[in-house]
Amino acid sequence: MNGPAGNSPAGATLNGDRPASPSVLAAQDLTKHFHVRERGLRGSWGPRRVLHAAEDVNLELRAGRVSAVVGESGSGKTTVARMLACLERPTSGQILLDGRPAGRHHLRGYRQRVQIVFQDPFASLNPVHDVHYHLSRPLRIHRQARRRSAVDQAVEALLARVKLQPASEFIHKLPHELSGGQRQRVAIARALAAGPGVLLADEPVSMLDVSIRLGILNLLGDLRDTEGMAILYVTHDIASARYFADTVTVMYAGRVVESGPALEVTDHPSHPYTQLLLSAAPDPERTAPVTISGGGAIPNLVKPPAGCRFHPRCPLAMPVCLTQRPPDVPVGLGHVAACWLRHPDHGPVSAQPPAGQPPA
Amino acid sequence: MTAPPAAVGPPVLEISGLCVEYGPAHHAVRAVIDVDLVLHRGEVVGLAGESGSGKSTLAYAATRLLRPPGVITGGSVLFHPDAGQPELTIDLLDAGITELRRLRWRELAIVLQSAMNALNPVLSVEAQLTDTLAAHLPDSTRAGRRERAAELLRMVGISPHRLHSYPHELSGGMRQRVMIAMALALEPQLVIMDEPTTALDVVTQREILQQVIELRDRLGFSVLFITHDLSLLLEMADTIAIMYAGRLMETAAAGRLFAAPRHPYTAGLLASFPSLHGERHVMTGIPGSPPDLRNPPPGCPFHPRCGFAEPRCRQSMPPLGPPPDARAGDRLVACWLQDGREDRPPEVSRPEPPGTSTRPALRVITGPVQP
Repeated sequence: MNGPAGNSPAGATLNGDRPASPSVLAAQDLTKHFHVRERGLRGSWGPRRVLHAAEDVNLELRAGRVSAVVGESGSGKTTVARMLACLERPTSGQILLDGRPAGRHHLRGYRQRVQIVFQDPFASLNPVHDVHYHLSRPLRIHRQARRRSAVDQAVEALLARVKLQPASEFIHKLPHELSGGQRQRVAIARALAAGPGVLLADEPVSMLDVSIRLGILNLLGDLRDTEGMAILYVTHDIASARYFADTVTVMYAGRVVESGPALEVTDHPSHPYTQLLLSAAPDPERTAPVTISGGGAIPNLVKPPAGCRFHPRCPLAMPVCLTQRPPDVPVGLGHVAACWLRHPDHGPVSAQPPAGQPPA
Repeated sequence: MTAPPAAVGPPVLEISGLCVEYGPAHHAVRAVIDVDLVLHRGEVVGLAGESGSGKSTLAYAATRLLRPPGVITGGSVLFHPDAGQPELTIDLLDAGITELRRLRWRELAIVLQSAMNALNPVLSVEAQLTDTLAAHLPDSTRAGRRERAAELLRMVGISPHRLHSYPHELSGGMRQRVMIAMALALEPQLVIMDEPTTALDVVTQREILQQVIELRDRLGFSVLFITHDLSLLLEMADTIAIMYAGRLMETAAAGRLFAAPRHPYTAGLLASFPSLHGERHVMTGIPGSPPDLRNPPPGCPFHPRCGFAEPRCRQSMPPLGPPPDARAGDRLVACWLQDGREDRPPEVSRPEPPGTSTRPALRVITGPVQP
């Protein structure tokens, strides 16, 4: 069994079982409500409603660690990443950067520490500008380099950091001349140009071909191991989170349902939703047919279910799940599940079921 | 041990030597090059490849749905509507528009990736389903069509109450189910699914795939399943074909392809998705990027990314043939490493699993039944 720090594949030497590194960016009870208004058939505006996109999310990014946030579409994982990037203002809760509330930082100073990489490198790069422009702009804006020679040098160093070499081959290329993987590397280099300590990667590989995904994940892993970068990895693919994250946070319908060390969560899932996610993931090594318990879709977030948000789908729902929100119950070292089943007062299940098999 | 899986019947679609090009002849992009592929009755064939590998082009060409500037430049696509009556066999590439119209949807249906774009946003589900039925079954009655539409929705696990819903009122998964219901409306023999679940969440994806396999077992149609996600195919397909840069690189039964790949590209793909079990270890994927088809590398298109490339690979494309240890041509590979030499790299010479194959986990029952 791996320790709480996790033996990350690419960084066992650096991470090892070292005591927790300092927290760089922390989300405390982060909540985002969007106000939505639907238009009726005759064009009249309907009542204002509140969409509960994320609620009371707690998350900690540490230097030299990858924290994965896993969930389906509509789980609120991207909203959390956007709030952490200051692209979205939280409705309540706070973000602490180096222990200070985000609001106390100048936005430019904040962005210098916290950068985001978006999902689609085909959309996030400007098609009329070349690689050099994309990388020199943030260098100048964040005052990493001023004189032209220094900027050119810094651009080359950035390309080397994302392994686009020789730099001369890429530096004057336009986005359409690059493959998807190369574009995503440029997007990562652009984020690195500000000199950040935190990288927020929102589904960085889901638009890429399967054969080049690992290259990008390994690159992020290298940044974590050699530069001590704190990385948030937002994904729907729990297998890739298991592959390279140190901690995994599973979200469902705007709330965190389970979190803990990556291997703990994926090998001993405690929440029925995590179990469902694992049983639904493609797994060629599986030989027996899988039973999906708790199928269906994410609930309407304008009128989310009371109590536990997973209860309408949960095969093990109890009366308490319908009315009361489950507390965070510790189920292992650093491993927490928000489920009444794990609660000593209610839980009929004491033993942890094996991966992918919810208790009968 | 016989080679092909027991469930497989006689061939229903035989693609041979298919070539497709895009653009004007003198600098055309060769998107599909000399592809041979056979689909048997009741079989799920998975076609896997990266973007630009020609997998969708192959399907569109074989069904004559290819639009300009795509041009079919060679090959044949034989469709056998009835195994007992070989005289009914027709070459889809030679078929006229009336013949195609007769076959399309009734014998050969397609499910497209983006259900949101494939469904008409201003018509209800019922209108779209009954429209399909009315177009292909002119003798049916209005009440009969409505009844059949409700039955189709039930078949794919949607309540018939949803007949009056419009596409925007349905979730992505339900829309895709409606598309599948529509494809199965006339009980075709062959359903082509082009990335049907790519935009969906994993849970919905698995529910839909299980449904497809159950329906296949019940109705006995064949499926050509196109995806970039090889890990998905390993669980659901009987046979897997791997495409790269317009060429077929390897075909084999799913279990054998997984346990014992013979092409370095297949081996690389299998090493590209992390496992859900066991110790974590560093995986490398495949170095480099897919080739630019406007300017393909000479010889084997995979050689610039291949760890085992030899001078010969840069000069000529290896033919697609059985590897030396295949049992009677039941699997094919196009790689010079499989020319019968003794010292093949371990990655592409792992021993095959005993028996025919490990059965795909999504398979529930085997044995197609013709309705």
